[in-house]
Amino acid sequence: MTGLSVNNLLGIKDLQVEDIQSIFETADNFKEVINRPIKKVPSLREITVANLFFENSTRTKLSFELAEKRLSADVINFASSSSSVSKGESLIDTVNNILAMKVDMVVMRHPKPGAPHFLAQHVEASIINAGDGTHEHPTQALLDAYSMRERVGDVQGKKVVIIGDILHSRVALSNIFCLQKLGAEVMVCGPATLIPKWIESLGVAVSTDLREALNWCDVANVLRIQLERQELPYFPSLREYTMQYGLSRALLEGLGKEIVIMHPGPINRGVEITSDLADSPHSIILEQVQNGVAVRMAVLYLLAGKIERNPA
Amino acid sequence: MKPVQVLNSEQLSITLTRLCHQLIERHGDFSQSAIIGLQPRGVFLAERIVEKLIELTGLPRLRYGNLDITFHRDDFRRKASPILPSTTDIDFQIEELDVILIDDVLYTGRSIRAGMDAMLAFGRPRRVELLVLIDRRFSRHLPVQADYIGRTVDSITSERVSVQWKSSDGQDQVILHPASPEQ
Repeated sequence: MTGLSVNNLLGIKDLQVEDIQSIFETADNFKEVINRPIKKVPSLREITVANLFFENSTRTKLSFELAEKRLSADVINFASSSSSVSKGESLIDTVNNILAMKVDMVVMRHPKPGAPHFLAQHVEASIINAGDGTHEHPTQALLDAYSMRERVGDVQGKKVVIIGDILHSRVALSNIFCLQKLGAEVMVCGPATLIPKWIESLGVAVSTDLREALNWCDVANVLRIQLERQELPYFPSLREYTMQYGLSRALLEGLGKEIVIMHPGPINRGVEITSDLADSPHSIILEQVQNGVAVRMAVLYLLAGKIERNPA
Repeated sequence: MKPVQVLNSEQLSITLTRLCHQLIERHGDFSQSAIIGLQPRGVFLAERIVEKLIELTGLPRLRYGNLDITFHRDDFRRKASPILPSTTDIDFQIEELDVILIDDVLYTGRSIRAGMDAMLAFGRPRRVELLVLIDRRFSRHLPVQADYIGRTVDSITSERVSVQWKSSDGQDQVILHPASPEQ
């Protein structure tokens, strides 16, 4: 096993299968570390990480921050709502000002697709994409595949359906890339208005019939309806969406087989998934959150290993 | 120069038995003791020591675990290729126990320093001892010495000591490899 082929984690699209395997194997070790009485190792004590969140986030930000702290990195946090961005500063200027304070790595969430790619070309720091608009959310896809592997074994050959708002979801796109690289079959399912027209060109199956999709799959990854990104009404009402695409325990029990339910959060209970199903043994939603820290530790560790030292 | 055999299979077996007797002398029934093998190569020695101790003492089991030191090493980001971890499996707390750390070769002392650091995540031991099969004398970078030593070897930096085990390498032996010509 060697190091990563990339110096930044901008998207799953740029990763080799070996990179994903390295991240998973390293995450296995960190999972053991975070279950110890002392959950901290000193690997990144020479590294400073800036978490730049130009868009709201709860779990991703907490998860990254915890991962950084458990690796002993120094951490600075930035939220655009309380910053000079509102005074008209450009992205490169904001980031270069932060880097001038000797920051080695940047974890960034941004509403514009491609923002981290743009930044990677212009600044001297290792960049981790924590979600760029509707484009990619690579660490979420990695932790989803990692959690899947933990529950169902090898992802290779497994059938995974991604249900819901595919059009506005960076999680869906990163998941498609990641699962396909690992050899899984992927289907997307949702109202036709929320499935991008080009999606079949990625080699995924498309269904608008939830029951058919669930009958086909081994794992269902359920997404939230991203009302905040929807400028137009894509379906008549939330209630109608729930009737057609909401998952419930009764629906699953009618399938005659066991499937695993995943959700990247935040959950809208009673909309895309019922409360009892989200809390049932079918669901690995909280395992996903726990694995998120271990996977992010692995990504930080492997990327930090590639940063050149300045023996000053 | 050809590689030199420092210990053959028979000598190694005698040395292991001697080390075990020394441990029994100091630790008695091992009720307050724990054995920790350092990954990746120390665990082979630790397994053999534990096996032999059980045989000699007749105890049903000993507290024994493997510890990976990767995340505590002091050479992260100083090597061309990243250091990749092995597994840690310690299913007990070492609080107030006498811990015996086991590694195959004591050379610069840096691994042992990292091992002691990593070990502290599992509690505060009462006392820590170090057992090594091979002590490469006069090559220490840190003030670390072993309490139990299989064989002391005088070697120069460019030489390499390899400890081989039947379970992983097909044969029990210790080899001193000379400096390669290009070095």
